[in-house]
Amino acid sequence: MGTSAGGTDMSLENPGDLESPVLAIDPLLDDPKTRIIVCCGSGGVGKTTTAAALGVRAAERGRKCVVLTIDPARRLAQSMGLSELDNTPRPVTDIDESAGGTLHAMMLDMKRTFDEVVLQHADPERARAILDNPFYQSLSAGFAGTQEYMAMEKLGQLRALDAWNLIIVDTPPSRSALDFLDAPQRLGSFLDGKFIKLLMAPAKVGGRAGMKFLNVGMSMMTGVLSKVMGAHLLGDVQTFIAAMDTMFGGFRKRADATYKLLQAPGTAFLVVAAPERDALREAAYFVERLAAERMPLAGLVLNRVHGSGAPQLTAERALAAAQALEEPRENLVDGGIVDREAGKADSVADGTDDGTDPKTPAEAADDMTIPPEQRLAAGLLRLHAERMRVVARERRTRDRFVSVHPEVPMVDVAALPGDVHDLDGLRSIGERLAGDHPAAA
Amino acid sequence: MSPQQSTPTRLHIVTGKGGTGKTTVAAALALALAAEGRRTLLIEVEGRQGIAQVFETGALPYEERKIAVAPGGGEVRALAIDPELALLDYLDMFYKLGRAGRALKKLGAIDFATTVAPGLRDVLLTGKACEAVRRKDNAGWRAYDAVVMDAPPTGRITRFLNVNDEVAGLARIGPIYNQAQAVMRVLKSTETAVHLVTLLEEMPVQETVDGVAELRAAGLPVGAVVVNMLRPVLLDDADLESAANGRRTAVAKALSQAGLGGARKGGQAERLVDPLLAQAHEHAQRVLLERRERAEIATLGLPTYELELRGEGVDLGGLYRLADSLRKQGMTGGES
Repeated sequence: MGTSAGGTDMSLENPGDLESPVLAIDPLLDDPKTRIIVCCGSGGVGKTTTAAALGVRAAERGRKCVVLTIDPARRLAQSMGLSELDNTPRPVTDIDESAGGTLHAMMLDMKRTFDEVVLQHADPERARAILDNPFYQSLSAGFAGTQEYMAMEKLGQLRALDAWNLIIVDTPPSRSALDFLDAPQRLGSFLDGKFIKLLMAPAKVGGRAGMKFLNVGMSMMTGVLSKVMGAHLLGDVQTFIAAMDTMFGGFRKRADATYKLLQAPGTAFLVVAAPERDALREAAYFVERLAAERMPLAGLVLNRVHGSGAPQLTAERALAAAQALEEPRENLVDGGIVDREAGKADSVADGTDDGTDPKTPAEAADDMTIPPEQRLAAGLLRLHAERMRVVARERRTRDRFVSVHPEVPMVDVAALPGDVHDLDGLRSIGERLAGDHPAAA
Repeated sequence: MSPQQSTPTRLHIVTGKGGTGKTTVAAALALALAAEGRRTLLIEVEGRQGIAQVFETGALPYEERKIAVAPGGGEVRALAIDPELALLDYLDMFYKLGRAGRALKKLGAIDFATTVAPGLRDVLLTGKACEAVRRKDNAGWRAYDAVVMDAPPTGRITRFLNVNDEVAGLARIGPIYNQAQAVMRVLKSTETAVHLVTLLEEMPVQETVDGVAELRAAGLPVGAVVVNMLRPVLLDDADLESAANGRRTAVAKALSQAGLGGARKGGQAERLVDPLLAQAHEHAQRVLLERRERAEIATLGLPTYELELRGEGVDLGGLYRLADSLRKQGMTGGES
């Protein structure tokens, strides 16, 4: 799939602004060659909601789809009918299946995924030894980092099951953006490392030829480790590593396979962001990193974009008009103040563009000589001025990204006033993703 | 207002859902504490160089260095903890392992400890912060009056802070056990406070409520809630009510009076009415939602501080203003 395939449309929108190719969501979802969609992005940009909305839309357009979420907000999970943490894909009911699609959803349970891997790769006796090891129990229950490994492991499993033709993955809220991409390789380099061999058993190392350094340093090392870690802990770790030894090969092979799966045609990465400085900086990092790893980027989903139904009225003009309405001593006659007053107030508004307007609505409200409809109109105008400032700010932030990455297809998703609680909410986000709703809310 | 008055908080741990601005709040709090004349250390643990960005300087090294001067002369030092260096540091400090430490690194043991067994990373990060809290100079004076940590997000905070309990359970005995216990003693003491940063939106507030419950269940001291990026309320209740009642003609007339064109159907002012009322409707929904979320936060019974949205993002000047605001609201526990 990737940038060149059916997921993008080279037509342009909003002539006059910096332009990106439009990210066309429906062709991406409809293309039978799209098998995996990975949503990544920094925390708090609506990544999980986007993944869920894509799942609902894909299913209702005829795909057999499964959404793998990681640590979703409880209400979002409930909106898909998932009430508790469960490591198995569950059918989402109330999906319109008339197009032949279905939707399953699941939440990643790290410990159970890890346990499954152990049970699958080790013989029963050894598996028991691993599962009972206190060091393993701590490691598997979800320290930072384990989540990334297990998310990729689960993705591999879902793909291997071949029960769905589209898998949508929400990535963990990683400490650093693309930890999940590093996970397989990091695991690999660790498994090949000398430290593992050292920990496994000093006796074994003694038998190896040509490892003089290790032999010489060995007694000192084990002594040091035992001193640092305490004999109990060292023992637990050694038992753990020894028990894991047999399954390391399989582990590593799977990690490599998952990494290749992510690079393969059929996978599409969507970077999710919001039109804010930090979120878009992270998004730029993702875009660059994905390119460096030769991962297929489909485009950028820009969530929570504000628009206005009256873009022709500038913030400055709206503020000037609001001020005119709040000045009772000016005898306002229909149409009488148009040009001169607006021009004068404009310059005042310019000087106070940081948001400290001389007259707050509350102060204005104290002034009882202002008729209520003028007060209301002034309030509406101030609200509009604020909205237009937000629109301009978001546009600047977005333009900065587009200047650096003009090749990245993009779709704007209009901001919703509240959070999503149900399938209808997800459907409405899906419509916005597909461009059925103009960004102007 | 808070239990902090009896024992002043010395370790401030700032957490929050992603995107709520916890790094900015941690930086502002550190500045506010320094403005009270306290020697303050600001610690970063997630390797994102967020503090450097907030203070508009280059990347921070693994070294405590002055990053800002507060009004009144107090200063903030900052430290970006590098888990690898922290481990070598730790080994050196406790075991005088200069050479052996290097050998461990060669073997990949340091990699193992800091990346593959990430729980140990959390041990090092919390351990380093507690070391700074407890550190004294030769004369017996404390090195810092206050330490502020820009901590991992709410979803991970309890596990992060409790990692030493887990480690103590694993080690059972020995130096790691002792170190882990010592760290837990600092973290659970009345000198520590975990502050939660949120926005007045459903998901962040829900996460805050869940986070507070988890922290309390784990016996960790919860400090305050900081509501960040508060947006201005531009229409009051009466206005919203009239907007809801859709007095289109009167509004069109007023807009026309203000010089925005004709009020007749199809006139410029008249055509503004629908979009402006739609915006007012959205605003009303948001105000209502925010009121609900504020009530939800109030049920936590925690001191709550509010910081206004700074439209263009927080620059250095904005950071000082946020610090001033936190101080005036009494978050630093000093006289306001």
